[in-house]
Amino acid sequence: MINVENLTKRYGDQRAVDNISFSIETGEIIGFLGPNGAGKTTTMKIITCFMPASSGRVEVDGLDVFDHSLEIRRKIGYLPETTPLYPEMNVREYLRFVQALRSMPRSGRESRLADMIDLCGLGEVIHKDIGELSKGYRQRVGLAQAIIHDPEILILDEPTIGLDPNQVVEIRSLIAALGREKTLILCTHILSEVEAVCSRVLIINHGQLVADGSPDTLRAGLEGRQRLLVRLKAGADIGQLRQTLAVHEGVSVEELPAAEPETLEFEITGGVNGDLRENIFRAVADAGWVLLEMRREVQSLEDVFRDLTQGGERADNVQ
Amino acid sequence: MFSNTMTFAGRELKSYFNSPIAYIVIVLALVISGWLFFLNFFISGQATIRGLLTGSMPLVFMIFVPAITMRLIAEEKKSGTIELVVTLPVTDWEIVLGKYLAALVLLTITIIMTFTYPITIGMLGDPDGGAVAGQYLGLFLLGATYLAIGLFASGITANQIVAFLTAIVLIAAFYLVGNFVVFFPGPLASVLEYIGVNYHFQNLARGVIDTKDLVYYAGMIFLFLFLAVRSLESRKWK
Ligand SMILES: Nc1ncnc2c1ncn2[C@@H]1O[C@H](COP(=O)(O)OP(=O)(O)OP(=O)(O)O)[C@@H](O)[C@H]1O
Ligand SMILES: [Mg+2]
Repeated sequence: MINVENLTKRYGDQRAVDNISFSIETGEIIGFLGPNGAGKTTTMKIITCFMPASSGRVEVDGLDVFDHSLEIRRKIGYLPETTPLYPEMNVREYLRFVQALRSMPRSGRESRLADMIDLCGLGEVIHKDIGELSKGYRQRVGLAQAIIHDPEILILDEPTIGLDPNQVVEIRSLIAALGREKTLILCTHILSEVEAVCSRVLIINHGQLVADGSPDTLRAGLEGRQRLLVRLKAGADIGQLRQTLAVHEGVSVEELPAAEPETLEFEITGGVNGDLRENIFRAVADAGWVLLEMRREVQSLEDVFRDLTQGGERADNVQ
Repeated sequence: MFSNTMTFAGRELKSYFNSPIAYIVIVLALVISGWLFFLNFFISGQATIRGLLTGSMPLVFMIFVPAITMRLIAEEKKSGTIELVVTLPVTDWEIVLGKYLAALVLLTITIIMTFTYPITIGMLGDPDGGAVAGQYLGLFLLGATYLAIGLFASGITANQIVAFLTAIVLIAAFYLVGNFVVFFPGPLASVLEYIGVNYHFQNLARGVIDTKDLVYYAGMIFLFLFLAVRSLESRKWK
């Protein structure tokens, strides 16, 4: 449904988006993740026909966004990062204005507006000037604007920014409900939001795509880099332990400075074949050593995110 | 096309009248033109509608028009609403024409209100109908041209003050260019004269409605609206 090919956007010398490619199928709920300045908003501005790419192409339903801009804009509902609202209009006028420009059939406008008021919880503020609304209500009006024409594709750029925790939960469940019937792209740097809503995560860093997969696959991908802390009673032989574990490719055993007397501490990382704890236990037991402690660091999406986006250089691609 | 343009025009008009700015600007325009008119009346005893329309109003409009056009696009660029507007399924021409129409309505209202001065002192007693119609047509076209220039100026910046000043400079240049013809040799002088807005305005104000003057105004309006559209599209330049 959405096809992004070798997309690059330059601002002067800076590449805000650097040669990224991905494609999104109908009905997917995509979490577009990345730290500040990663290029999320820039990518969305190109998909929504706000501005063109420097090179590369974006197709929606097989149509190039630059050449078939009007048709594509009809299919998309977009909540920009800045929540564009006219402060001097009231909520009702604003939504009617958007309906008119969306060329919705006149007869359906009033009832659709009523649906939006229900769905986005705008009943209390419908006759208020937008300039007088709190941030949370402004965000809801922005969301109502994006979905009022029942678009096939919904693009939300940080929809829960500036909301209180209750509102975050509300808006998030609204987004999850919308995602059941639409193709949805959610830009955010809030990981719990992605966990709660998205079926697939794209992580972008310094304009480059560093990960693409479901939250589970991404976590599983990191399991290859699992980290275990093992403490043994003095007398164990690190060489022997290494040898025993060497059957698992990529496992490394490092000795750490012992925190307690008469003990040895190891950090064991890597291993692509899932959980290593059992193997370690057997290796220790077979050698007749004493296992005092073993701790496995569980990877969260947050670890994935940090792992992929920290530091200046490009992280490895986790597929 | 037409309905989107009207939707934009309606929104702009409402927002003009929802904020005090439109009222202040209209009142100021009326007060200043009225003051010039009555000053003329008391000093020379011969304030005429012709004097008001051809002498004072073009100068008043030089400030008045930029004041009503400055926010039209610049404000949307500043507040980010431009991102909503241009990602809706509407063309850049519809956006520009809608805004232009709204400003044109405001201008027309103001012109009609200036009627009141000559009426109050009974100066319409023996008007030359044709000439007055020509003067009003001329003033309307002059204002309409200024509006197109002002809208373009609003499109090239996100700063309303910059838009305001740019519009004044551009309008003044087109107004004054005809005054410098004496410094230039023949053919260049007539080109400059043709470029200036005032030459055509004075033609119309004499009551001579010549197509070449109408074509000039239509051309200027189209040119600057076209440039305003290009300024919206400038985000698309790679
Ligand atoms: N109009 C612009 N002119 C120049 N540089 C820009 C412009 N817009 C964005 N950038 C730069 O492009 C890079 C990507 O910006 P972008 O807004 O896409 O990031 P983002 O991922 O949306 O970040 P955030 O999470 O903070 O919203 C940033 O380094 C930013 O400074
Ligand atoms: Mg952003």
